[in-house]
Amino acid sequence: MGLNLFNKLWDLHTVKTLESGQDQLFVGLHLIHEVTSPQAFQMIRERGLKVAFPERTFATADHIVPTESQARPFQDPLAEEMMVAIEKNTQEFGIQFFGLDSRDQGIVHVVGPEQGLTQPGMTIACGDSHTSTHGAFGTIAFGIGTSQVRDVLATQTIALSRPKVRRIEIDGALQPGVTAKDIALHIIAELGVKGGIGHAYEYAGSAIEALSMEERMTLCNMSIEGGARVGYVNPDQKTFDYLEGRPYTPKGEAFDRALRYWQSIASDVDAPYDDVVRIEAEIIEPMVTWGINPGQAIGVGRALPSLDSLMEEDRESAQLAFEYMGLGERQPIKGVRIDVAFVGSCTNGRISDLRAAAAVAKGHRVASHVRALIVPGSKRVRDQAVEEGLDQIFREAGFEWRDAGCSMCLAMNPDQLVGREVCASSSNRNFIGRQGSPTGRTLLMSPPMVVAAAIAGEVSDIREFQTAGTGA
Amino acid sequence: MEELTRKQIKGSGIAVRGNEIDTDRIIPARFLKCVAFDGLGESVFYDERYDAAGAQKPHPFNDSRFAGATFLVVNKNFGCGSSREHAPQAIMRWGIRAIVGESFAEIFAGNCQMLGVPAVCLGAVEIKDLMQAIEKDPQLEIELDMEARAVRYGDREVVFELDEGVRTSLVEGKWDSTALLMANEGAVREKAQSIPYLNAFQNA
Ligand code: SF4
Repeated sequence: MGLNLFNKLWDLHTVKTLESGQDQLFVGLHLIHEVTSPQAFQMIRERGLKVAFPERTFATADHIVPTESQARPFQDPLAEEMMVAIEKNTQEFGIQFFGLDSRDQGIVHVVGPEQGLTQPGMTIACGDSHTSTHGAFGTIAFGIGTSQVRDVLATQTIALSRPKVRRIEIDGALQPGVTAKDIALHIIAELGVKGGIGHAYEYAGSAIEALSMEERMTLCNMSIEGGARVGYVNPDQKTFDYLEGRPYTPKGEAFDRALRYWQSIASDVDAPYDDVVRIEAEIIEPMVTWGINPGQAIGVGRALPSLDSLMEEDRESAQLAFEYMGLGERQPIKGVRIDVAFVGSCTNGRISDLRAAAAVAKGHRVASHVRALIVPGSKRVRDQAVEEGLDQIFREAGFEWRDAGCSMCLAMNPDQLVGREVCASSSNRNFIGRQGSPTGRTLLMSPPMVVAAAIAGEVSDIREFQTAGTGA
Repeated sequence: MEELTRKQIKGSGIAVRGNEIDTDRIIPARFLKCVAFDGLGESVFYDERYDAAGAQKPHPFNDSRFAGATFLVVNKNFGCGSSREHAPQAIMRWGIRAIVGESFAEIFAGNCQMLGVPAVCLGAVEIKDLMQAIEKDPQLEIELDMEARAVRYGDREVVFELDEGVRTSLVEGKWDSTALLMANEGAVREKAQSIPYLNAFQNA
């Protein structure tokens, strides 16, 4: 019997089984950012340790970075202190840092792939739960806490228990207007926000094979919102084509050798899984969240559930969500008024997301009561978008065009909701207070849906929106 | 002085009800703007405890009857969301030494483990009973016996399951994994020799 990719890579990277029963796993690529690393470096210093493999760690700054003006020192002294800390730490320990003065800075999960650092067959760790993004390349990529960042710095390894592997097979063709984001939200709504605990997700099937690399990243990115620390797609020709020619991708003969390794690590056709879930691509609709966790999502044409239609264990959270969101049972989600629109984040801040957003925005105007932001996921994405004239389209439509960073995905930089504002957002979390106001409200959706909402001033169905746009 | 093993933990409890209490609720992101974990204890559950004007809202962590609690008792999927270790750090620095719940998000449970804070799962019925007992008698003494894998309070004893590796490392005081991992440095260097992408794919 064959092996799946996950178990092949786990075996290849296991240094030892520890006395505790956990495996000591070699981490092939370690990514760090300014928020979860300073304490780890401090612990390394206090214990008089060294960084074991400094050439396998790469750093960027994303969470606290302002996107309006990135002039130093930052206005916020705490943010400035964190920036100084990562500059100092990476310099002291000899770690490559994609800082603000580099044209390669950006959100850590956008930078890794676009630099070609993320490659099939790696184990990848980062002090950030959305590290699952890198699974799009056929890797084991997972988020870790700061004490584990310390372990990786000190030893390039980590102690972990082997999870189970669930294959999620999606076959068929997606309906028009349905994106990778909608697949992710659909899966989470189906399997629940804790459905993936203890599991790695392998996404497979013809609908997944048809996705571009950037769409696969969007899908894998949201694995953690369904409880799965790891999500991955088997590498294929699209993966290899994406990587060829990037700064850190092997060149020449080394690339040919790399290809052989990359092809060898894909799941075997007869590989066993702990569990298989099948979903038909046709049934997936453009999705919108209505609540306070990403599993509280419905098709845009539908109404919020009634409490008694929910499983008992979900009622309390739904009740809290109704109160917090100011939405009621059986209320249609379409037509809910929004105040803010945000396209960006490590889920949907790549060039293909901006292209899709611009295609909807072109020739329209943002509703007068809506504040709308477009935030590229990296400086390279920004530059590419400018080259294609997307920034012009956005500006003409009334969007603010920003510099690279996490921005309004979380409340660590100046881009935040105010009061009870409702935000149509292409990010990944709709938790209470996530976007910076303790009473702010988030509706997660795909970038085209965010733009449609920005223009209409309320949640809209992208399928109707496009018809209206082209039929006029 | 900090005890070096987690064989047994005793003290009173505090219950925070609700499923899917995420890391943004445990410690809002703006408190992550720090280069050290000190001081996070005061900000735990901040936006649930204080309104915009800074006035206290009703919350167990604002209730003086539960001040000094050792055990935090929670429901399902506690700690879901981000990988921020700031969440268990804030809980621990407030004074909590062990968390008992219906279930935990994976990264959160791993972070607790790294800090030597047992995160123990009991059934829904048992959690409900324990929460009620705490609310009825905030001074109720709870005992977590990691050797017998049991939680005791009043005349009740509830046995739980826990990954053996996790349990042993807590019981033996070996949750700080850095030294354990460093002990295998030779094997790590050797492993690195056999990983294709670290060797220009020569051995692929
Ligand atoms: S964009 Fe959001 S989810 Fe992604 S790394 Fe930044 S803060 Fe985290």
